[in-house]
Amino acid sequence: MIIKDKGARGIWKVIGASSVGTLIEWYDFYIFGSLATVIASQFFPKTNPTAALLSTLATFAAGFIVRPFGALFFGRLGDLIGRKHTFLLTLILMGGSTFAIGLVPSYETIGFAAPIIVLVLRLLQGLALGGEYGGAATYVAEHAPPGRRGFYTSWIQTTATLGLFVSLGVILVTRHSLDGDQQRSIEKFNNWGWRIPFLVSIILVLLSIYIRLKMKESPLFSKLKSEGKISINPLKESFTNRANLKMVLLALFGATMGQGVIWYTGQFYAQSFLENVCKLNFDQSRTILIWAILFATPFFVVFGNLSDKIGRKWIMMAGMLLGIIFYRPIYQQCLQICQAVNFGSGVTLPPAEYWKIVALVFVQILFVTMVYGPIAAFLVELFPTRIRYTSMSLPYHIGNGVFGGLTPFIATLLTTIYTDDKLVGLWYPIIVASISLVIGVVYLTNHIDPDVND
Amino acid sequence: MNQLKKYLGIVWMLLGPAAIYFLLATAISEVNRKPVIDTKIQWGVFIVIFLPIAIGLCIFGYYAFKGEYDHLPESSGEIPED
Repeated sequence: MIIKDKGARGIWKVIGASSVGTLIEWYDFYIFGSLATVIASQFFPKTNPTAALLSTLATFAAGFIVRPFGALFFGRLGDLIGRKHTFLLTLILMGGSTFAIGLVPSYETIGFAAPIIVLVLRLLQGLALGGEYGGAATYVAEHAPPGRRGFYTSWIQTTATLGLFVSLGVILVTRHSLDGDQQRSIEKFNNWGWRIPFLVSIILVLLSIYIRLKMKESPLFSKLKSEGKISINPLKESFTNRANLKMVLLALFGATMGQGVIWYTGQFYAQSFLENVCKLNFDQSRTILIWAILFATPFFVVFGNLSDKIGRKWIMMAGMLLGIIFYRPIYQQCLQICQAVNFGSGVTLPPAEYWKIVALVFVQILFVTMVYGPIAAFLVELFPTRIRYTSMSLPYHIGNGVFGGLTPFIATLLTTIYTDDKLVGLWYPIIVASISLVIGVVYLTNHIDPDVND
Repeated sequence: MNQLKKYLGIVWMLLGPAAIYFLLATAISEVNRKPVIDTKIQWGVFIVIFLPIAIGLCIFGYYAFKGEYDHLPESSGEIPED
């Protein structure tokens, strides 16, 4: 049933077509977050800069909060009409919304319509992302040969981090290439150049739509459809059938919740901490992340592959445990390095200290690769084909989107409540990951499902 | 191990309401400390999101306490269709 008959080339085409689209969706989603401060100045009243920034962060959070609803809506669609058309639809929705954000006139030009339009477009982005990941992971897993599911789906797992990587890269390049004079280039970027990363994404989206149009439906879904066995009401079957609901809850509390906070602490909060607490300058706080991502990304595939041999559970649990143990020492070390150089606004690190911090962020992303590399295969194997898209999408997006997505926001909020401890924000991911670790260790099995054709 | 799963079920059932209490107490304290619209929206959003999740944790604990996780299905054949 699986496409072993078509040979290795077939699966790589499937992975390539799925991964490119998913990467673009993550890119589209992250450029908004990465440009939160600039967008605040463009679309929200400037009378109170804090209010403007909070409004944007709230919009950012809204993007994450609607993700679970996107998971339900598109997950249901994917289990009813098929994986291919559903994740094609999410790509169009995401690409269209991103392009449109780049075209919205500023608050000064059209008044309150501007922030409202941006908010609506951001919500659409969140909905689209909610539907994309489950579709891509399911699609690849349903093509993968038995015993290699962890390896092949781990390529999809690289896309979220690579989407962040590309978004940071495009922003930095655009920011410094609008004028020969760097200061003027940054001014131009803040005035209008920030629109470029939003607008250029349409080229990649169109290319990806073309590639996805040429793809075929998942063989497992096609088989179910031809046998008339697809679910009539996947939402009802996923969440009111006790046997399925208990697996959804287990996936959320025992895996995706911990994975979400580890993911966002290692990548988003790390960058926010370096810029806002360590007071590193804009460029260095981002290039450090870029290097760390570049070095760590291959490990998604390493751990995905390893999970085919030793099981998914213990790799994910080890990633959570390492995060819980080492977050505070790692962030303490970052703080000490920056304070030793010169504690003040816009610190520029000398090379030796710069690379030490790259190494510290790299270690955090290594933890991310442990929890995230095997998780697509783990989720796919937990649910039957007829309700797989719906059932795996919801716990993933509550775990990753809600628990993870709100990490930078809640961690920063904690630092404003408990001002004496600069590392207090880390208690949020540490506590959430600890609960998830205990649940995962006690309740999950390390069993690899040899057959997802059911 | 199954006994541990059951006893921990009680912990998860208690953790749900405890999380809701902590969330509400922090929200009220923060809104009183800074009674502006941003604070109210922010904490309102947190409560709306985390309330159903906390209820989910209680349900998870209940299932664990009832022994629903003593054996996890190894194939979809073990999951009854509606």
